[in-house]
Amino acid sequence: MDYSDSRILLSSQREGNKSRFRTWVSMVVPLAAILFQFFLPRFFDFLRFIEMPFLVVVYFALVRRSQINGLLVGALVGLAQDSLSKHPLGMFGIVKTLVGYFAASVGLRIDVDHSMVRLVLTFFFYIFQQVLYWVMVRALLSQPMDLEPQLTALLALLNAVVGVALFHFLDKLRDRA
Amino acid sequence: MESLLNRYRNITVLLLVIAAQLILLAVQVKNNRDIPFIRVWTVTAVTPIASVVEWFRGGSSGFLHNYVFLHDADAENRRLREEVGRLKMDNIFLRNELRQADRARALQVFQSSTQSKTLAARTIGAGAGSGSKTIYVDRGSVEGVERGMAVVTPEGIVGKVIASYPTASEVLLVNDPDFAAGVVSQKNQTRGTLKGQGNGPCKVDYVPLEEKVEVGEWFYTSGDDRIFPRGFPVGTVTAVHEGQPFKEIQVEPSGFQHGLEDMLIILSGVHQEIPDTPPGNQPVYIAPAPPDALKSTTPDASGAPVPASGATAPATEADRLRAHYKALGDAQNHVFGENLPGQKPPNFNLVLPPGGVQPPSKQSGVQPPAKQSGGQAPLKPDGVPPASKQNVPPPPAQPDGTVAPAKPGAPPGKSPAVPPGGGGR
Repeated sequence: MDYSDSRILLSSQREGNKSRFRTWVSMVVPLAAILFQFFLPRFFDFLRFIEMPFLVVVYFALVRRSQINGLLVGALVGLAQDSLSKHPLGMFGIVKTLVGYFAASVGLRIDVDHSMVRLVLTFFFYIFQQVLYWVMVRALLSQPMDLEPQLTALLALLNAVVGVALFHFLDKLRDRA
Repeated sequence: MESLLNRYRNITVLLLVIAAQLILLAVQVKNNRDIPFIRVWTVTAVTPIASVVEWFRGGSSGFLHNYVFLHDADAENRRLREEVGRLKMDNIFLRNELRQADRARALQVFQSSTQSKTLAARTIGAGAGSGSKTIYVDRGSVEGVERGMAVVTPEGIVGKVIASYPTASEVLLVNDPDFAAGVVSQKNQTRGTLKGQGNGPCKVDYVPLEEKVEVGEWFYTSGDDRIFPRGFPVGTVTAVHEGQPFKEIQVEPSGFQHGLEDMLIILSGVHQEIPDTPPGNQPVYIAPAPPDALKSTTPDASGAPVPASGATAPATEADRLRAHYKALGDAQNHVFGENLPGQKPPNFNLVLPPGGVQPPSKQSGVQPPAKQSGGQAPLKPDGVPPASKQNVPPPPAQPDGTVAPAKPGAPPGKSPAVPPGGGGR
């Protein structure tokens, strides 16, 4: 696809194309992302920095352009991620719910098919997720946690780059409405 | 409503999902005090609301009670005021009853303990003459009251009968200017004449300047006037001045310092001794021991003799031991405290016969037992001590209100249950 002539800001929601996915895609892709996050770092430690569930949530929220769908996907993926982590259930769930909701809100107004837009949004939402998670750990759990801005920014950039590539792959699985 | 929900559907779903996960989180996580966050948050969220609700409820309830339901407050206020007034009157009445009961009891004890034959009387009226200090009592010539009889209370003399009618008598009080009585001071035995002055204290006249009278000293009746028997308290000296040609002595009469409601008319006076101590410091009447204590004074297992009934019973183990040692000493002709150092002590292990030991006779060279300390009288041959001022109950009053003399010769002022001036209180 060539997006060089298209506008980034949409004048109305009707200008954006709502993407639809087959049911198995909606179920398998998040599950695969979680499995990826759960298994691969055990064998390839350098892949630990990739936040695959986060990327999937952002992608589905952006391209579906539905806030409810975005927050539900975020909640389910987040709770599943919580189930596999040592943290109490709800920490990743709340974070990814908000990420999915705001990502969908942004997708309603911005042409998210643009690669640069996806890169920036992914970068931004990664930082948003990390900051929100840091706040929740300190506020709700009263546990100490360090937030390193430079490392966070670097990881955000890396995830954004990986996300753009992943989004390009996932675009092939969607049905144009 | 439906359109409103549709309009904010997304944010509503977001909030619901977030809230659900927060609840899920709160159920699992506990704070540093091991309390689940769900409980902390619930309490934190509910208690302010409950406080506000309670504030509104209390405010509304107070408003209702303070303003809306006040329509009968005035009537209730009047009713409560009336009730308070009635209770005050009841309180005053009961206080008077109690005071009267105390005075009646003190009067009865005094009446039963004094040697003179007395008649209880009650004030029924006051004299009508201005300046005169007279009262009327409810006893008259029918009960044997005659003109010139003395009227007293446990605290002191009150006056004398100046007129006797069949059912009442007129009493001239000690503070009337026409009253006079012979008195004698307790400490220095200074004689004088008590006179009333109308108001305030009385004066004691005809006391020579060389006589010594001190402030605070008690005056008693001297018996010289042939009206008041000797030995009744009159009052205390409040002031002493050097006058011409006699001392000017002010005496505060003690007879009616607690009111003039009940008193005693002395039908037949008996002179008594002037007490050594002021009425307020006289010994207190001590009731005799109960019958159970007297019954327990039978010989004990050791055979030690114990006082018979009527004698002072050993109330404690120390008393019982003391009686046992005394019996041992008597049995061995040993008088404790009178032997020289080095002399053979008595055998304290001696077994006494069950019937006790009779004091050895003087013919056998045995000294009689030493007199018990504490002022106890020696026993009579039957084991009963003579009537003493400490353990003889007062004789019962006769139906006509008169009381026979208790014991001639004993100073009555030392045995009232309630000392004069104390009033039993």
